Amino acid sequence: MSWDVVIGIETHVQLQTKTKIFSGASTAFGAEPNTQACILSIALPGTLPVLNYEAVQCAIKFGLATNAEIASRSIFARKNYFYPDLPKGYQISQYELPVVGKGSLEIEIGDIKKTVRITRAHLEEDAGKSSHGAVQNGTGIDLNRAGTPLLEIVSEPDMTSAAEAVAYAKKLHELVQWIGICDGNMQEGSFRCDINVSVKRAGTDKLGTRREIKNLNSFKFIEQAIHAETQWQIEMLEEGKTIQQATVLFNPETGETRAMRSKEEANDYRYFPDPDLLPLEISDEKINQIKESMTELPHLMKARLERDYQLSSYDASGITSDKHVADYFFATLKEGVEPKQIANWILGQLFSKLNEHNLSIEHSPIKPQVLSLLLKRIQDGTISNNGAKQLFEKLWTNSDLEIDALIESEGLKQVSDSGLIETMIDEVLKNNQTMVDEYRSGKEKAFNALVGQIMKASKGKANPGQVNELLRKKLS
Amino acid sequence: MEDWSIKELSSLLREKKTSSVEITTDYLQHIKKKNPEINAFITVDENRSLAQAKLADLKIQKGEGDVLTGVPIAQKDIFCAEDWLTTCGSKMLHNFIAPYDATVVKKFNEVGAVNIGKTNMDEFAMGSSNETSYFGGVKNPWDLTRVPGGSSGGSAAAIAARMCPGATATDTGGSIRQPASLCGLTGLKPTYGLVSRYGMIAFASSLDQAGPMAKSSEDCAMMMNVMAGFDPKDSTSIDHKKEDYTKNIDQPIEGLKIGLPKEYFADGLDSHVAKVIESAIDQYKKLGATIVDVSLPNTNLSIPVYYVLAPAEASSNLSRYDGVRYGHRTSQYDDLMDMYCKTRQEGFGEEVKRRILIGTYVLSAGYYDAYYLKAQQIRHLISEDFKKAFQSCDLIMGPTAPSTAFKANEKIDDPVTMYLQDIYTIATNLAGLPGMSIPAGFVNKLPVGIQIIGNYFDEARMLNVAHQFQKVTDWHKAIPEGALS
Repeated sequence: MSWDVVIGIETHVQLQTKTKIFSGASTAFGAEPNTQACILSIALPGTLPVLNYEAVQCAIKFGLATNAEIASRSIFARKNYFYPDLPKGYQISQYELPVVGKGSLEIEIGDIKKTVRITRAHLEEDAGKSSHGAVQNGTGIDLNRAGTPLLEIVSEPDMTSAAEAVAYAKKLHELVQWIGICDGNMQEGSFRCDINVSVKRAGTDKLGTRREIKNLNSFKFIEQAIHAETQWQIEMLEEGKTIQQATVLFNPETGETRAMRSKEEANDYRYFPDPDLLPLEISDEKINQIKESMTELPHLMKARLERDYQLSSYDASGITSDKHVADYFFATLKEGVEPKQIANWILGQLFSKLNEHNLSIEHSPIKPQVLSLLLKRIQDGTISNNGAKQLFEKLWTNSDLEIDALIESEGLKQVSDSGLIETMIDEVLKNNQTMVDEYRSGKEKAFNALVGQIMKASKGKANPGQVNELLRKKLS
Repeated sequence: MEDWSIKELSSLLREKKTSSVEITTDYLQHIKKKNPEINAFITVDENRSLAQAKLADLKIQKGEGDVLTGVPIAQKDIFCAEDWLTTCGSKMLHNFIAPYDATVVKKFNEVGAVNIGKTNMDEFAMGSSNETSYFGGVKNPWDLTRVPGGSSGGSAAAIAARMCPGATATDTGGSIRQPASLCGLTGLKPTYGLVSRYGMIAFASSLDQAGPMAKSSEDCAMMMNVMAGFDPKDSTSIDHKKEDYTKNIDQPIEGLKIGLPKEYFADGLDSHVAKVIESAIDQYKKLGATIVDVSLPNTNLSIPVYYVLAPAEASSNLSRYDGVRYGHRTSQYDDLMDMYCKTRQEGFGEEVKRRILIGTYVLSAGYYDAYYLKAQQIRHLISEDFKKAFQSCDLIMGPTAPSTAFKANEKIDDPVTMYLQDIYTIATNLAGLPGMSIPAGFVNKLPVGIQIIGNYFDEARMLNVAHQFQKVTDWHKAIPEGALS
């Protein structure tokens, strides 16, 4: 029997604001426990929330970036439940009227494009952290994180495989960083996904019962967890058992998903509008103001790179995967080098080097101006592509080196003197009559062999373009 | 003990005929004498009060004094005051020393008023008799066998027994006006949003409002000048233009149109109280006011609506008292759930638990629409009633409470009867309107208050209308027997 997988994702995106969503306490990560817990974070009696407008701006940016409806009026609601790291006994969230409504996100799985619908995105506050074993005979509570602003982004169940789910999560991860609302740091919990998975008989419309995999903070885990969960659900159904709606946790060590609590045990959150906060009203004027302040969105920039710079879809995707990469691309482009070549070098040579050293592009020792000059020297025939790669290695460890002097000292300058090249060609042709004959009888391979011989004769320094051109002329 | 008004004290201090240390000492001594009997204060801290008085005297000497500099004012124990025990009348907070000042407290500190102590109250402001306080009931200085009303019964009894000239209070369903009525005082619940709620321990956030309680309208106006004002720390605070509430207090009120809602004079009102109200209305006629009949047809729904909405908000507001971070925590427990349950079982009194249960119930899945949502819709209708009524009158008047002070233990076991104490006051909280109670006479030697309800932000006119009445009557000057000795 064959099965279809149905996946929807809820993503908690920690917003990059200086202070908490309802108080002036700092949101910086990694401080000593409870040093960033103000009287509101500890929920002292009498304290009241005041909305941080910076968080609202982040939500509006996200709405604009996903072509979503932005509510002119939305409501903060209280989600009531008891937990030691939830100091007020309720979380301020949005329920019936979220700030961002229906939107969409286009994802790519290989060459296939797909639109994932976004149901809603709402603002809420994060809880603190419970550290079991942090204190003797008990649980430590750290309220530094309590009140950190979150945007919870809920997708429709539009994904049908782990690959699509990962593509969606990655795309979203790229986008929220691109528009500057999240630092994207998954280890620190700035971007976490809850994945709803269900399976149904192939081709039928009736959805199966879903289970929600909580709190995944890496793309690898998302993929593994979906595979494990899907497999488990299919096995259950094929054994004739039924799936119970539940919240599950993924254990990366065992690779299994395990139920945390069933629907019956689920909380009744007793949502109601928070009487301490007024409805959030957003004017069209405000939206337009933010719209104008926003940088070009990645999908629009991608289209522009394909249209105006003739980049392939693949290259354009690579360049627009990260705002810093795009910035690097344009900074290199300024110097007037072939765009296609820049993309190749960034996505090839530079990326592999950055990966090898675990560096982000902002911290690349080779700055755009340097790469630009290097590529210019390929383009004007001074050095070969291979020569440039050698120089790139040198520049990686010492970017202060002056490129032209380096070309000289490394002896990488190409021979571009046509007289000299012609002399070498004549010499090679004279010694390789068989190849010449083969070429003349229609074997194109022989031409390449001759080029190889000439390059060898020049010790690799002849300008290959010129060699090709002159050889063609000689043999015609 | 002298029977000073805030206005008199202000003059005496500024004319340097006395010092703040001197009068603060007098009040502290009087509290020492009277409080064991009345139980109006939960915390008195002589050193702190006298330190503030000394600072006030310095200020006055330097000519930097404000109107209330050096005047002792009591703070209801619902307001956080830095380094003061702040209990909200509950065992849950019996050990809670506030690390910060509520905006109201801060404002009084800034003008140099002296915090003379923290007054007793019904637990978490839930009650109409002050009998739900963990720190024991408060006695009504007019008759020690009777209650002072609630929840601001401590503030009311403290003023009535002349242990302070004025006190802060809060009103969620009548908690300023009803005790003012039962203790022969003047109390004002301002428009919702006019006084900051920051640092005021929440009962029902959409209804809670702080206001002044004193002996006269003039004194309340002086306190309002300190208390009112926009506060960026309270999102529901309204940016209303700053007013001087004493400025037009002497204006004549000729031509004033007073609306009398027929529903406020229907069954349930004590006939003697009704007579007192009628004679007060006659007095207003003499002052040049005209009377119009108005109707507030949804009055009978205000109590049911209130007892859905207020407990709903309270059930959530009181969730933070879980024993994890501060306040009471049970001494022995097996696990987290056990700790929560025992802590809350021990820390909260009966009435608070009753309201948490009601509130939790009405917000539960499947009941929300029938209770909470329906109540919100009726709340809107109640506001509309007032809106209509104010089309034909300037102010609305009627009784504050259906009866005079009742006996201790008389109603405490019958919550529904107790809830009816607020039948005339609750609607203004639901509508967010300002309401006031001023002394209007006596029934069997017990004070009766008349309620004045104004339109939004009409406090200045209400204080003016109250003051004009007090200029021609002496009810507010009456002193309980033995209060000064």
